[in-house]
Amino acid sequence: MKENAILEMKAIDKVFPGVLALQGVDFTLCAGEIHALMGENGAGKSTLIKVLTGVYSKDGGQIYLKGYDKPVIIRSPQEAQKMGISTVYQEITLCPNLSVAENMYIGRGEGVRVNWKKINEKADAILKSLDIPAKATQQLSSCSIAVQQMVAIARAVDMDCKVLILDEPTSSLDEQEVAKLFKLMRDLKERGVGIIFVTHFLDQVYEVCDKITVLRDGRLVGEYEIKDLPRVQLVSKMLGKELDDLSDISGEHKKFQAEPNTPPVFEAVGLQSDAGIKPFDFYIQKGEVNGFTGLLGSGRSECVRAIFGADRVLGGTVKKDGNAIKIAKPIDAMRNGIGYLPEDRKVDGIVGELSVRENIILALQVLKGFFKPFSRAEAARFADEYIKLLDIKTASADTPIKSLSGGNQQKVILARWLLTHPEYLILDEPTRGIDVGTKVDIQKLVLKLASEGMSITFISSETDEMLRTCSRMVVMRDRAVVGELTDDDLTQGKIMSTIAGGEKKDE
Amino acid sequence: MKIWNKIKSWPLLLPVVALILVMAVNIIHDAAVGDNPLSFFMISLRDTTTNGTILFGRIIDIINRGSEVAILAIGMTLVVSASAGTDISVGSVMSLCASFMCMNLAGYGVSSTTTLAKPLIVGLLAAVLMGALCGAFNGTLVSHLSIQPMVATLILYSAARAIGLLLCNDLIVYVRNPSFAFIGAFTGPIPTPILITVVCIILISVVLKKTALGMYIQSVGINAKASRIAGLNSRRLRFLAYLLCGVFASLAGIVASSRITSADSNNIGLYLEMDAILSVALGGNSLGGGKFNLAGSIIGAYTIQAITTTLYALGVSSIQAPVYKAIIVIIIVVIEAPPFKAFIRKHSAARATKGVKA
Ligand SMILES: Nc1ncnc2c1ncn2[C@@H]1O[C@H](COP(=O)(O)OP(=O)(O)OP(=O)(O)O)[C@@H](O)[C@H]1O
Ligand SMILES: [Mg+2]
Repeated sequence: MKENAILEMKAIDKVFPGVLALQGVDFTLCAGEIHALMGENGAGKSTLIKVLTGVYSKDGGQIYLKGYDKPVIIRSPQEAQKMGISTVYQEITLCPNLSVAENMYIGRGEGVRVNWKKINEKADAILKSLDIPAKATQQLSSCSIAVQQMVAIARAVDMDCKVLILDEPTSSLDEQEVAKLFKLMRDLKERGVGIIFVTHFLDQVYEVCDKITVLRDGRLVGEYEIKDLPRVQLVSKMLGKELDDLSDISGEHKKFQAEPNTPPVFEAVGLQSDAGIKPFDFYIQKGEVNGFTGLLGSGRSECVRAIFGADRVLGGTVKKDGNAIKIAKPIDAMRNGIGYLPEDRKVDGIVGELSVRENIILALQVLKGFFKPFSRAEAARFADEYIKLLDIKTASADTPIKSLSGGNQQKVILARWLLTHPEYLILDEPTRGIDVGTKVDIQKLVLKLASEGMSITFISSETDEMLRTCSRMVVMRDRAVVGELTDDDLTQGKIMSTIAGGEKKDE
Repeated sequence: MKIWNKIKSWPLLLPVVALILVMAVNIIHDAAVGDNPLSFFMISLRDTTTNGTILFGRIIDIINRGSEVAILAIGMTLVVSASAGTDISVGSVMSLCASFMCMNLAGYGVSSTTTLAKPLIVGLLAAVLMGALCGAFNGTLVSHLSIQPMVATLILYSAARAIGLLLCNDLIVYVRNPSFAFIGAFTGPIPTPILITVVCIILISVVLKKTALGMYIQSVGINAKASRIAGLNSRRLRFLAYLLCGVFASLAGIVASSRITSADSNNIGLYLEMDAILSVALGGNSLGGGKFNLAGSIIGAYTIQAITTTLYALGVSSIQAPVYKAIIVIIIVVIEAPPFKAFIRKHSAARATKGVKA
């Protein structure tokens, strides 16, 4: 083993039916370094990590750990943990029905007699030191996704680890939470922990990482010092080609002009749902792209869920082309030409054991009707079309969606809604977990669909992504709409100050 | 290696292997006692005084006797898939439907008759209606009141037979009428229950082919929340699964009742819910809901019947038979359990890597 290395993976192979997920991948991690693992969706990042943590057994190669003179065999995540490898997986793997403390300490071999009082105290102390806004005794499902993610990290951190693995931990965190996480990562680094960090956010890589390993199509592209690899080169290493210029998007971005004297395609007046948002007004014109912005938990998602009927609507009206319509449940919204890509792909999006094909046609099938099932050939045609259009990496259309990489699962759900050809498409974090190349493609697609007359609401934690696509932004704070920005006001600074509230208007 | 992988992922692997095992036991047993080893598979035509020329053979007997379980397994498969739970009331519901039918055919309070009080079709429809009613009851409890399926169906499991007795005025009602007995007897040389089962299988196949029922039920069973966002009404679909399960239970009840030309509340369908659930599990379906495999359940049903018949052929008394079935249940459940599967995977993986090094 190299000096200072605490982990070495050599010539790792992993084969799934129909996919060579990893082919001869080498990876070295040193003590006290933060090492980014980068690559497109389906490049094999999560697989490499799961091989390391014993979730999958490898089909070839060796793993060396500091302190062991022979290659180690890791058969399960528990064994990995005993060897000092802690992991926060891409998809949250905690138990929503248990309390926060239970989630942090479960399965840690505390013995049969558990002193919950002590554990709760310990948990509270850790939560406090990490500034996580949760109580030890709180049920996990009552926390937001972001907090759940932080709890997962707290669990990993508390386990005296030598190697900490974070697979896309920041995709559902807001800036402040990310800052907290980074502080935590730097602290751990000081203590000599080696950290593997998987993310699609380039800024974050350049902010905290020391080294980068790039994978493409299951093969190693190379390992680089962060200072030797400028951003543009990193992207072209990941994609295997130059990235399409982003600037042509901004160039394309015209100011939106609504048709005069026509009512908005969709309009909400005093809409309110049981998800705890204050009644709000909202409208969207034909061919317009607008967005909701605000901190996590400010009620962005809850607003669009109310429009789509995903949460129980308590009051207010929705109008289509000026006429009131009734939306009590998602199917009503769908029949009125609305599509909705939900924020939480695992809970509200994928139907895990069903095939990619079935997942793609699901919404369209529901619209078409119970008595008119698509023939297998028709379904296959739709699926193939969208697999190609969105470049979904899957062994076949018959593969269960749960065995796709996270980003590719996201593309399947996007395909599901594009296939219904809605008049109004709501996209809540459509690029979550999607690689840089595809992100640009999706933004372009959104603009193209809008220019063809589709109305689109775009929600994203990445403000620059929204700036590139939206011509109007609704700003939210504390579960209420607090402002609206258009045209020249659409700048990062203006958005930030509106979110923060400028002069405080306390109630 | 490739072919081996194909076989390993074949969905019908478990039920087919089980069926082959049962056949093998029969062959060995027959050979051991000096019979023709293939007598299990022999089918012949025999003349009988009561039914004319009929098909005869152990296989025919198994397929015939397995009709009720096979019909129940269809409904049970849908229920398991949609609700990740089982309907334990099907055996009792069979009995209730039979009682209601016989009460209609014989007239209330009549204990034995050879002439029908109402047209046969009225009796049959009454049974199906009762089955649908029971299914709707279970479905409402499970889907609209979110009661655990096991608890919800426990109500009819314990009450249905008693209601049946009430309908029959505490009597065993005999309907010894040839047009009714025909259902449990022979059509030409073929046992009628076999034909009825075939019709049921065709019926459900057509429904699955001509509607989106299969995909909807699986989708709801796998992820109800995501299904709702995609526009499905998961409550209604769960309800539908229980409703269909009740209807299939009534059909099984009609067959069982006709075989003995009576409504014997305490014995019709006794323990059959267990066989039906076992068929679904043996068919390679996860009792945790989600993806289903109807063909597997049906093969599973006949495998269960083959096991029962084989046990009797081996001289096991009907009182002890459940012990052996229990052992089989344990084996299946263990094979299907995730820790066991993981153990096997790890083991074969470890062997594979050793092989590479050597
Ligand atoms: N359990 C599985 N069964 C079959 N194929 C799988 C399985 N897990 C991953 N794959 C395949 O292996 C490849 C690599 O997937 P992996 O999840 O490692 O990608 P990733 O780099 O993490 O991508 P993302 O950025 O989208 O999360 C993909 O093509 C995926 O479809
Ligand atoms: Mg991944």
